[in-house]
Amino acid sequence: MAILSVLGVSKAFRGLRALDAVSFEVGRGEILGVIGPNGAGKTTLFSVLAGALPPDAGRVVLDGRNITGGPAHRVARAGLVRTFQLMRPFASMSVLDNVCIAAMTRVRSRREAHARAVDVVKRVGLEKWQDARADTLPTAWLKRLELARALATRPRVLLLDEVLAGLAPAEREPVLDLLAGLRERDGLTMVFVEHVMAAVMRLSDRVLVLDQGAVLMSGPPGQVTADPRVIEVYLGEEPC
Amino acid sequence: MRNLAVLGVLVVVLAPLALVLPPAQQAVAVRVLIFALMAIGWNVMSGFGGMFSFGHAAYFGIGAYTSVWLLVKHNVSPWLGMLAGAALAAAFGTLTGFLALRYRLRGAYFALATFAVAEMLRLLATGSDLVNRAVGYNVPLLRGNSWSMLQFPAGSPNYFWVGLGLVAAAVAISLLYLRSRAGRFTLAARDDEVAAASVGVPVLRYQLFTIALSAAITAVAGVFYVQYYLYVNPDLAFGASVSIQAILPAVIGGVGTVWGPVVGAVILGPLSDVTATLLRQPPEFLGFLAGRGGLDVMLYAILLIVIVLALPQGVYGAAAERLRRWRS
Amino acid sequence: MSGVVVTQAVITGILTGGVYGLVAMGLTLIFGVLDIVNFAHGAFLALALFLTYGVVRTTGAHPYLALLIAVPVMFGLGWLVQFTVLNRAMGKPLANQLLITLAVSLLIENGLLLFFGADPRSVRFPGEHGIGVFGAVASLSRVLAFAAALVLAAGLYLFLRRTRVGTAIRAVAANRQGAELVGVDVRHIYALTFAIGTACAGAAGTLVAPFTTIEPTTGSLFTIIAFVVVVLGGLGNVLGALAGGVLIGLTEQLGGVFVPSQSSLLIVFAVFLLVLFLRPQGLFGRTG
Repeated sequence: MAILSVLGVSKAFRGLRALDAVSFEVGRGEILGVIGPNGAGKTTLFSVLAGALPPDAGRVVLDGRNITGGPAHRVARAGLVRTFQLMRPFASMSVLDNVCIAAMTRVRSRREAHARAVDVVKRVGLEKWQDARADTLPTAWLKRLELARALATRPRVLLLDEVLAGLAPAEREPVLDLLAGLRERDGLTMVFVEHVMAAVMRLSDRVLVLDQGAVLMSGPPGQVTADPRVIEVYLGEEPC
Repeated sequence: MRNLAVLGVLVVVLAPLALVLPPAQQAVAVRVLIFALMAIGWNVMSGFGGMFSFGHAAYFGIGAYTSVWLLVKHNVSPWLGMLAGAALAAAFGTLTGFLALRYRLRGAYFALATFAVAEMLRLLATGSDLVNRAVGYNVPLLRGNSWSMLQFPAGSPNYFWVGLGLVAAAVAISLLYLRSRAGRFTLAARDDEVAAASVGVPVLRYQLFTIALSAAITAVAGVFYVQYYLYVNPDLAFGASVSIQAILPAVIGGVGTVWGPVVGAVILGPLSDVTATLLRQPPEFLGFLAGRGGLDVMLYAILLIVIVLALPQGVYGAAAERLRRWRS
Repeated sequence: MSGVVVTQAVITGILTGGVYGLVAMGLTLIFGVLDIVNFAHGAFLALALFLTYGVVRTTGAHPYLALLIAVPVMFGLGWLVQFTVLNRAMGKPLANQLLITLAVSLLIENGLLLFFGADPRSVRFPGEHGIGVFGAVASLSRVLAFAAALVLAAGLYLFLRRTRVGTAIRAVAANRQGAELVGVDVRHIYALTFAIGTACAGAAGTLVAPFTTIEPTTGSLFTIIAFVVVVLGGLGNVLGALAGGVLIGLTEQLGGVFVPSQSSLLIVFAVFLLVLFLRPQGLFGRTG
């Protein structure tokens, strides 16, 4: 059975159709890349999946459990956690404390939560910044903090919203290695939105194409990116 | 923990003050303690919780009126009155907080809503025979010291000790709260509500808890106020100046810090007296100002502007930050 | 319930509401353009009240002549406050701005208290008499105040819509960065807008002087009502403020008639909370 099922999700904002009967499934341990031109509805989709935005129609089912409509914290507790395109650190706290907060939502013992946080911080390569205030971090490391926070909750499904945005090409590889490692080591299921095609090609098992709120097609990365319809939809978009 | 140790030392060092200070200064000291208690309460919700309240008089007044009403009508000890007032204020805060947060009021709208609620309580009290309308209540005078009824002769050091104890308790609660799970979650939600929810923090639950705690502390301040000044009416309990008095020390000292409100109270408390003394004997060319009120508040206002513009972290907040940076 | 009493309440409510609208227009403009909650708004009105009193006492002139002094003074003072103090708090957290305008309000009101004392004062309107309106009685000063408020409102509206400066103001309200990009000096616009806002409060102060108790705390009351009206009419919506003002004026007077045991302000606040909860964008929504 798929770990995440999205069934006919629609959302409109004052007449503008942001999502139009979007349906897809994600298998356990699968990495699904979501691509589409700007305004295609990708971030809206994530907001709906994470329970931050209630859909007008449709259902979101996580491992057999209906999580449609949130609230956001309950969806996160159920195991579906998202990261944000524009990073949202807890600015007044240290990096470690940021991750601790996330761990504490799962683990009652402070010592255990702390230990888990230290471990996660090490895994994403943030040990050197462990005690620095979160708002002093440069972009690349803030991205990792987002990731670390999400991982500290031991999610079942991770939604990554443009995790590579704002990173220089040299900074991207380590992040991609990290993500690949997550799937290898933990069997983590991931859905990620990305504009950087190379990353999509490298990481995804399958690719879903969104255009104007509707699913255009889905399939293996090579097949999708070669499809003429997809190419046309991206015509005029900047290559990365 | 280091801060708790500092607190303990402070209490021990300050306690003898009550025996040494002359009555006029004693009154100032008690006023400082009341300001501090109010500001600590405000700071829990608006500093730690990030929910700027402009109507904390609501909780102060609920505490004051609950206690004095129980005392006058049923001869209930003000200590119990404190418990009742705190509980009632916490419940009221939870209810109004729930409505405001659930309807997504934030920032200026939230602040205005809290102001409206406090004003409504003031108007309701002024118009209600149940609580004696605008006349208010006088605390029945007792002879001698009464610890059970929290009343002592004027100028008694006991008031100072009770106040010191209450402030120390409030500071201790703040310290423990900040380290607790609830406190950490609240700080995270203050920094970024959306991010906190996205990692599983039940934001609303902890925001309401913070409001309840804040209300309870401020209500206790209200009870102590009544027992010290022996009188309360709707304006003194629910008036806008009460809400302002809860905000000023925290801002001057440092919002969102534990010691800030206390430092701010220590700065502002004596200011009223200084200006009153000045105005009693003004210089020649300002003779017409003699005996007039308003200068102390003007000084508060100027101080507030200076702090907000030049030292937004507050006096204590900026000093603590400077110290932290010097250490690392 | 006597029809005459209700009619009287309606007439008084509309007339008072017009002036509320004038005060609120200034506030909503400030709110809409600078995103500032100006707690000092009523204080400027109070300042104008005392200024009017001073002018009438020393020169014996008609109170409306004080407009010639009150409006420019409040304009200049507002400009000063914005340019020197508030400007530094722009872009900072909301609490900072709230606290600064609060401090300004405390400064002004207590300055008035210090110099004039707390005794209430009054100003008489020469030729004051009652005018029959639909069977109710309206004092001349109230009618003229209402008319003046409408004229000023129309003037402000036209200024915002038809002049270059007014358009610049609306542009900054809609999109600050965009306005900057097309060459608008945003800091001057901020100061100008704030000054216009306080000038409105000042004008209202002179207009209400003949029928309002002149004491330092009068300002606070107007600030509160202005905020209620602004929320009701929609942030930044100048015409909405006028309509909202009339609505609140009516609510206040009719509340006093139908629920005499409680302060009519209570009902105003209840309406305020309802609007905040159920329709925070106001009855008329926000304009650019």
